[in-house]
Amino acid sequence: MAAPSLETKDLTIRFGGHVAVNSVSCAFRPGELTAIVGPNGAGKTTWFNLVSGQLAPTSGAIFKDGRNITRLPASTRAGVGIGRAFQLTNLFPRLSVLENVRLAVQARAGDGWRPWRSVGAFPHLEKKAMAHLATVRLEDAAHVPAAALSHGDQRKLEVALLAAMDPDIFMFDEPTAGMSVDEAPVILDLIGAIKADRSKTVLLVEHKMSVVRALADRIVVLNNGELVADGAPENVMALPIVREIYLGVADAAP
Amino acid sequence: MGANGPSLPDRARNGRLAVYAIAAAIGLILAFAPFLFGDVRSQQVAARICVFIVLVASYDLLIGYTGIVSFAHTMFFGLGAYGAAIALKQWGPGWSAVLVGGGAGIVAAAALAALIGVLSLRVKAIFFAMVTLAAASVMLVLASQLSAITNGEDGLVYVAPKLLTPATILFTGADGKAAKWFGVRMDGKIAAYYFVFLTCLVLFAALYRIIRSPLGAVLEAVRENEIRAEAIGYRVVAYRTAVFVIAAVIAACAGVVWAVWLRYTGPETTLSFAIMIDILLMVVIGGMGTMTGAVIGVTVMSLAQFYLKDLMGAAAEATAAIPVLPQLLNPDRWLFWLGILFILLVYFFPAGVAGTLMKKGTH
Ligand SMILES: Nc1ncnc2c1ncn2[C@@H]1O[C@H](COP(=O)(O)OP(=O)(O)OP(=O)(O)O)[C@@H](O)[C@H]1O
Ligand SMILES: [Mg+2]
Repeated sequence: MAAPSLETKDLTIRFGGHVAVNSVSCAFRPGELTAIVGPNGAGKTTWFNLVSGQLAPTSGAIFKDGRNITRLPASTRAGVGIGRAFQLTNLFPRLSVLENVRLAVQARAGDGWRPWRSVGAFPHLEKKAMAHLATVRLEDAAHVPAAALSHGDQRKLEVALLAAMDPDIFMFDEPTAGMSVDEAPVILDLIGAIKADRSKTVLLVEHKMSVVRALADRIVVLNNGELVADGAPENVMALPIVREIYLGVADAAP
Repeated sequence: MGANGPSLPDRARNGRLAVYAIAAAIGLILAFAPFLFGDVRSQQVAARICVFIVLVASYDLLIGYTGIVSFAHTMFFGLGAYGAAIALKQWGPGWSAVLVGGGAGIVAAAALAALIGVLSLRVKAIFFAMVTLAAASVMLVLASQLSAITNGEDGLVYVAPKLLTPATILFTGADGKAAKWFGVRMDGKIAAYYFVFLTCLVLFAALYRIIRSPLGAVLEAVRENEIRAEAIGYRVVAYRTAVFVIAAVIAACAGVVWAVWLRYTGPETTLSFAIMIDILLMVVIGGMGTMTGAVIGVTVMSLAQFYLKDLMGAAAEATAAIPVLPQLLNPDRWLFWLGILFILLVYFFPAGVAGTLMKKGTH
């Protein structure tokens, strides 16, 4: 088996008395798409925030390709190939749609520290950004401010920003939440294409079991901040604890 | 900023053109100011506008482009000015005094900005603003207390480098005195004005270059959403500190120019909070996050500060026969009318003159 590209060891974060993520240890490998599921408040987003650096853990460690990244700032983690999209849309609202993506491409190219040349002197960055917009069918909205997009289009832009980072590790946090049925496939196709490139590690927080069944190679279940199940989809779905957690979720029946 | 394609509404494009046209007209008037206005006072106004455009534009780089609120901009302006002034006073007039003294002031500004940035730009914006306020107060007190080198409240009077003094003849005319071109004597006074104009033009161009660059794009990203900027790979603290240093260096350069032009440097002309408030008002009138807005804001505000009194005096005389009006228009009430002007501007141009005309950032 390939070496893990991402690993957390005993990762824990406490908010006051509340343990939001409790000693979570698990490893992920390139070419694998892992769905992370669990009820509301289970700690999925918080675990993401720990891995991509928006939050610092109370204890435990995070490794990228064997390197301890627990103390690195979020920007450096992005630099070493950890990319994440946000559950709550998190864009540059007054900048154009194209500029949003162009900034992510520019960061990836390491061109942020150039004060003396015009943005126009880097047409390849804009070209790449346009290609990413085309993937999520937003090229016609390129010059509109991000804040003016519909919710569904903002979700697409959210994902386009992640794709533009071109990371080794893709972390999607409910990418299709609140999207209409005809909008969601654009994003699911994109995730499918990333998965098809066997060199990437994909983590997907998702409530819709139909999506999980269609895409996941593996399922990790979080509950009350703890990792309660981890394995192949058919095995995990059959576990009593998972059926219990998902009882009442309309889409949950296998 | 950023790309604006054909989807941009016509109205916004016209507004954009109008803003550039106004700014270009102001630039042209400043470029030929000595030939257009003969009197000393007008040249003083023109030079102040040049220096303050740089000062306000560099401040807008912080507050408008990056979203950093600082009250220490006059501190950096003052460091540059005092650097040049002290050297000119101690060593006598000469370019080496301007370069070495001004250079030392600029380096001090950069170092202090880096220190403040590293120590406090990670914390909450309000705390950072307080730190800058405290630093600026300390600097003001230092300038008044260290009277052995700063001459305290009275400030320093000195002589500018020889080229810029009135006795200098740039081109000799038939009468043996400085030649007259288009009615203007080619002497040190005109050299001094163009020293101010050209240096400020270069500094403004540098600022303009920065906001149009990849770095400028990152600054706007930091302003819009620092968490996402960090998440896609930009070290926000580093960018904030860098832009704080850049703005400080440019403000200090403007201070050097101001010190050379005025041949006087004191707390009132460089460090006072009245100037900090002027800078804030000028940024707001012009429009935050619009470099061209600085040109408009500074011009409107400076003209009002210099000429509103005269205008009101004339108006009071003209309306002498009418009751009440002359009292209202009494030149002593000019600050009241400046306040009214400011309220009207903010009411009709909520995003500043340039910002509103360009319909930037449709909220
Ligand atoms: N910054 C914070 N401060 C205090 N409590 C927090 C913070 N962030 C998260 N929590 C708490 O941690 C718990 C886990 O939240 P989290 O957002 O990770 O859940 P989730 O699994 O992503 O849920 P959902 O499916 O609703 O998105 C919740 O009880 C939440 O209230
Ligand atoms: Mg969540």
